Amino acid sequence: MANVLEVEHLRVSFGENEVLGDLSFAVPEGSVLAVIGPNGSGKTVLFQALIGSVPHQGTIRWSEGVRLGYVPQKLDIERDLPVTGADFLRAKAAISGASHGEIGRALSLVGLEPGAARKPIGTLSGGQFQRLLLAFALLAHPNVLLFDEPTAGVDERGGERIYETIRRLQMEERMTLLLISHELSVVYRYATSVLCIGRDHPCFGAPKEILTPEMIASVYGAPVKYHHHDA
Amino acid sequence: MREIGTLALSAGMAAAAGLVGCFAVMRRMTLASDAISHVALPGIGIAIAFHVHPLLGGAAALLLGTLLVWALEHRTRISTETVIGVVFSTALAVGSLLASGEDLIDALLGAPGEIGGWEIALGLAGALAVIAFVLAQRNRLVVALVSPDMARTAGVDVSKLDLAFLLAFALAVALGLRYLGVLLMGSLVIIPAATARYLARSLGGMLGMAVAFAVASTLAGGLLAARIHRPTGPVIIAVAAAFFFASLLARARR
Repeated sequence: MANVLEVEHLRVSFGENEVLGDLSFAVPEGSVLAVIGPNGSGKTVLFQALIGSVPHQGTIRWSEGVRLGYVPQKLDIERDLPVTGADFLRAKAAISGASHGEIGRALSLVGLEPGAARKPIGTLSGGQFQRLLLAFALLAHPNVLLFDEPTAGVDERGGERIYETIRRLQMEERMTLLLISHELSVVYRYATSVLCIGRDHPCFGAPKEILTPEMIASVYGAPVKYHHHDA
Repeated sequence: MREIGTLALSAGMAAAAGLVGCFAVMRRMTLASDAISHVALPGIGIAIAFHVHPLLGGAAALLLGTLLVWALEHRTRISTETVIGVVFSTALAVGSLLASGEDLIDALLGAPGEIGGWEIALGLAGALAVIAFVLAQRNRLVVALVSPDMARTAGVDVSKLDLAFLLAFALAVALGLRYLGVLLMGSLVIIPAATARYLARSLGGMLGMAVAFAVASTLAGGLLAARIHRPTGPVIIAVAAAFFFASLLARARR
């Protein structure tokens, strides 16, 4: 199967502080890559490098015709920002040339009630806001979805629902999925391959090879070398 | 005919300020906006010294100041707020030294005076350009405001958009210099938009209300200033501030 993404010797530094050092991996079309690692290991920075929002060294090669959808981890939205979910989705539709019908489709795919979409985005609950961001990412038919901690700030049931949704989307729409997650059980169940960024060398392989007690201890066990905040 | 043109120009200038202000307020640029308008003063001072139209000097200085802010935000890691605080206060000091007497008071507080035909035409063209920019780019602006990263994956060139927005901002400030002066033009950008932000529940609502408050403050303030023989700028801002405090009360009751 062809690769959607090939990364070779990727490095990211902020000033003198190297946040990511020498990462190489590939993501085949239609697969699920889970990125794991302790807080501050640079998982979010990796995604930001992949979408081109932080400068990097090394090679990031997306295949031709890739359309990215990106769902960030946490956004700092003021409660009284007068922008509704519908404003936000309509803006994406207008930028990408998607029709209004597609907004309705994206909302029903993620299970967000139209009533919630009419409220200012700062007043939505964690789960509703996460689903709104997912709906935004799904507009204009992406074939690759990057999802940073899909269930951070969402209660358990809401979290399960989000995982079910992305799993279904991934199967039905043949999407390639890149996922940052702390939930190793989810990673074990859903991922085709796992990339771990820890204190030592990064590791990359099938969940069965990576998610062994020894490997997990080596990734999460020791204190991390760099303190970079993901937010 | 000239009167209708003057009226249209002040309404167009105010509408442009209200629209640009919405995104300035939502991007939390409130203090920066005020400081940026001060940078026009040395330009005005130099223009007066060389017998050039003061507003041309002011506009040129604003353009330079805007490019400086953008470059600092995107190319360096110096805190933008620090730089704005230092550079723009210096601009105000230098400008006050360059201009003097009546000219200085007019430049600081605004004095519409007689406006020539070509000035009306040029001003209206500028106001329409700013209005068209904000309305056409509002979708990109709002997505970049919520998340620059999501905007990037949606195909928005965020850095270019920031520059275009700052230029529209500078143009809106330049348009209002004659009415409100260097000290207060930033406030016409911010106060009506802040008022609209308190009252509105959607983006369209905020844009519409900000325009309405800015235009109403400018027209009412202009008339009132002429009647009580005071500089226009302070009166316009007093009216805008009255709307703002009324909106606080209205929201507290809601």
